Amino acid sequence: MEKKEILVLEELLGSNKKIAAEIRKKLEEKGILTINLLSSPGSGKTTLLERIAEKLKPDYRMAVIEGDIETERDAERIRAKGIPAWQIITGGACHLEAKMVGKIFPEIPADLDFLFIENVGNLVCPASYDLGERIRCTLLSIPEGDDKPKKYPKAFTTSDCLIITKTDLLPALPFNLEHAQKEALELNPKLSIFTTSALKDAGIDELIEYFIATLLKLRQKNA
Amino acid sequence: MHELSIVASLFEILEEKAKEKKAEKITSVKLKVGALSGVVPEFLETAFNIYKKDTIADEAELKIEEVPLKVKCEKCGAEIIKNDYVFICEKCDSRELKTLAGTELLLEKIELEV
Repeated sequence: MEKKEILVLEELLGSNKKIAAEIRKKLEEKGILTINLLSSPGSGKTTLLERIAEKLKPDYRMAVIEGDIETERDAERIRAKGIPAWQIITGGACHLEAKMVGKIFPEIPADLDFLFIENVGNLVCPASYDLGERIRCTLLSIPEGDDKPKKYPKAFTTSDCLIITKTDLLPALPFNLEHAQKEALELNPKLSIFTTSALKDAGIDELIEYFIATLLKLRQKNA
Repeated sequence: MHELSIVASLFEILEEKAKEKKAEKITSVKLKVGALSGVVPEFLETAFNIYKKDTIADEAELKIEEVPLKVKCEKCGAEIIKNDYVFICEKCDSRELKTLAGTELLLEKIELEV
């Protein structure tokens, strides 16, 4: 028996990255802007998507992939808005992986404008998995506290956009908006930051403008 | 706690490499884990020791090199180790920093018995 040392230098998540890159390429060729939403459970991802659906529906085509450990509840809420939605039930897994999105891929209509992926509620694990998105958004809700960016750096350093949600609760809670924004920008100076309240319909239009502008840029690049 | 699914991906690569080299055993596995890789080395080790049973690497030792976050300032050229993840240059206050290391999650090398 002979002992051998072999230099491998392979990324552990290399196969996920490869699948994600294929998904991104195919979606972008079709001119579809894909947005991956990350956050803790209960920070308002589905409610935000409901408001976005109401506002985009007259002029744009969107669809949603929902990731949850159990139940079809979120997909049902989106379908109730007249938007196509697929539910991925991970059965215990704390994040979505690119191959799960890949399974749905053949069903995604080619004439979409926006594909939203609502990740499993978790501010840690989903940050390690590229799903083929063009934009990654992390949500931070007022009740979670303004100290979260530094406590969960990976989600914020890998995101393009920070959406602060439930700002209608600011008068009731000791959340320092400036502090949260400052710390998030220290982690990632390129973050676009939006402050929103789905309940009061505040800041959602600005967020949608950002998505539309990014969609136009993507299509200009394709043209 | 996604370390177990990361270890599952690791074993896919290990089995492929063992087959390729016609190895009978893998005796050592060396990983590089960045401070901003999103993975906890201790959990990775626990998951590895659970997963390795009845595989080609069931006697393998796992070595993990923890890599700190290292950035380079694109303005003044300073190379800095960042333990606070604040992406601001300590020398010139620039926010234009390039990450050199610390986000990796890499299988660096393995030891085989052929």
